[in-house]
Amino acid sequence: MKFSGKIWVFGDDVDTDQIIPARYLTSSDPEVLAKHCMEDADPAFPEKVGRGDIIVAGKNFGSGSSREHAPIAIKAAGVACVIAESFARIFFRNAFNMGLPIFVCEGLSRVVKEGDVVHVDGDKGEITIEGKSKRFRVAPIPPFMQGLIEDGGLMAHVKKRLAAQGARPAV
Amino acid sequence: MGKTLTQKILEDHCEEKDLAAGQIIQCRVDIALGNDVTAPLAIQAFEGLGIDGVFDPDRVVLVPDHFVPNKDIAAATQAKVMRQFARKYAIKNYFEVGQMGIEHALLPEKGLVTAGDVVIGADSHTCTYGALGAFATGVGSTDLAAVMATGRCWFRVPEAMRFIYHGKRQAWVTGKDLILHTIGDIGVDGALYRAMEFTGEAVASLSMDDRLTMANMTIEAGAKNGIFEVDETTRAYLEGRALRPPRVFRADTDAVYVEERDYDVSKISPRIAFPSLPGNVRPVEEAEDIQIDQVVIGSCTNGRLSDLRVAAKILAGRRVHPDVRLIVFPATQEIYLNALREGILEVFVAAGAAVSTPTCGPCLGGHMGILAEGERALATTNRNFPGRMGHPKSEVYLASPAVAAASAVTGKITHPARVAGEESI
Ligand code: SF4
Repeated sequence: MKFSGKIWVFGDDVDTDQIIPARYLTSSDPEVLAKHCMEDADPAFPEKVGRGDIIVAGKNFGSGSSREHAPIAIKAAGVACVIAESFARIFFRNAFNMGLPIFVCEGLSRVVKEGDVVHVDGDKGEITIEGKSKRFRVAPIPPFMQGLIEDGGLMAHVKKRLAAQGARPAV
Repeated sequence: MGKTLTQKILEDHCEEKDLAAGQIIQCRVDIALGNDVTAPLAIQAFEGLGIDGVFDPDRVVLVPDHFVPNKDIAAATQAKVMRQFARKYAIKNYFEVGQMGIEHALLPEKGLVTAGDVVIGADSHTCTYGALGAFATGVGSTDLAAVMATGRCWFRVPEAMRFIYHGKRQAWVTGKDLILHTIGDIGVDGALYRAMEFTGEAVASLSMDDRLTMANMTIEAGAKNGIFEVDETTRAYLEGRALRPPRVFRADTDAVYVEERDYDVSKISPRIAFPSLPGNVRPVEEAEDIQIDQVVIGSCTNGRLSDLRVAAKILAGRRVHPDVRLIVFPATQEIYLNALREGILEVFVAAGAAVSTPTCGPCLGGHMGILAEGERALATTNRNFPGRMGHPKSEVYLASPAVAAASAVTGKITHPARVAGEESI
């Protein structure tokens, strides 16, 4: 998995209410959610974010509610991947289940600035900032979760198992 | 190597043996929960599988609570998706408006969760049921869809932190104050990916309502789950209520905890979480004189009968301050009915409060009490993120029902003893 893109930088503890405020949860349409992505953290974000851009954030990104609307909104807004110092547990799970690539990378958020271009090499486990020589390490993804990504997310994984084993296999 | 209480329950529910922290396992799920916000997405994913039913219709629970009674047409449409799904697959644990409650108050009350269970819910506060000695955790909608199809869910076996509470609580100090103090101590990611196990004589003296409040907020420290040992209080609560027999697990005496914290509760006064993080906690003494526009008593954290009783004791014979809107949300229909019979609702209305039917309402900025720009609320809920109760530039302070009731009377954040004396209930 490789990504290169312009970054938007956010701080620590960006919660799901900032990613997609609850007032928009009466819809689960990705296009609607994308229009309000990150709105309570940065009201102009939905306007200015471009396809293939990358979000870089501090620790505990995605804390708060279990709403899958959060990774859906980010993905639908065109963001290629999210890199953070750490992720809240349910957000981490949801991102894998939904197929939004996320990377845990210590130190990156402290040195980048908005508009920098970063290169993510998920296979080598490495991130670099364009024009700088320092390399940042990316935490490895557990094998089971790599399998989820290879299958195209949790539902595709379940479907594959259903087809292989008949009804109601273990996921 | 010794196992923690959480690891014991997980091991009982999976094929893998000798679990170690960090391992990924496939677990049998006893109860799977969805609500009007998260279930529609799960239903969409489930229907894409092309199978003809859920793994066990009696183990799927669907509760419309976030935007009901339907806030608008979009909310009505979501609620309808869930209702139709429940009918189609004969899911009897669907609770219609008029019989429902906020999910995390409703499931324990109806006996749907018992000790030793593995429960997943597409709602982050599913961790509430750890108060009953169950492993319960929040997941996303897609996870819920997979569990509805297979009855199983993947988990990473968590490390555990142990929290030991000693001493005697001060007057007006509740489970809410203990958990706020704890989150303030370890921070909003202090227990990230971990289990929080609660023990010590000071929690043994807590009522089930107080324990439910504490387990409810473990997600606010980033935890995977929170859990209490089963004792007489648990057994008494489950008796005649739990639909399945409780199964009691204990941590090994040599269980490994990555961290232990000790608290002397006699030193803990009522606690307030300041905007805009649940970990931004200070003693009430440092918050007094902060003026408030709205007080909300309710939610899955503090909308149970004992919460309403404490608030009513303080409000009896007093009036809500003229500059404050007090809104009270009993968490379930049963709590509403009991509060009605006990005369508690009359106390609220006579004091000048608005009393609502059960709903999540303003807790997540949904409806029924949204804040305008610059307004400030004191709430017994669990989150005070920016914009949580309305305008992104409004503020929410979190506290116990006792502090909330006292503050509604004075119009500013207030220690309950100042209004109602030194003797709490
Ligand atoms: S009361 Fe608040 S925290 Fe509890 S389930 Fe409803 S929205 Fe979530």
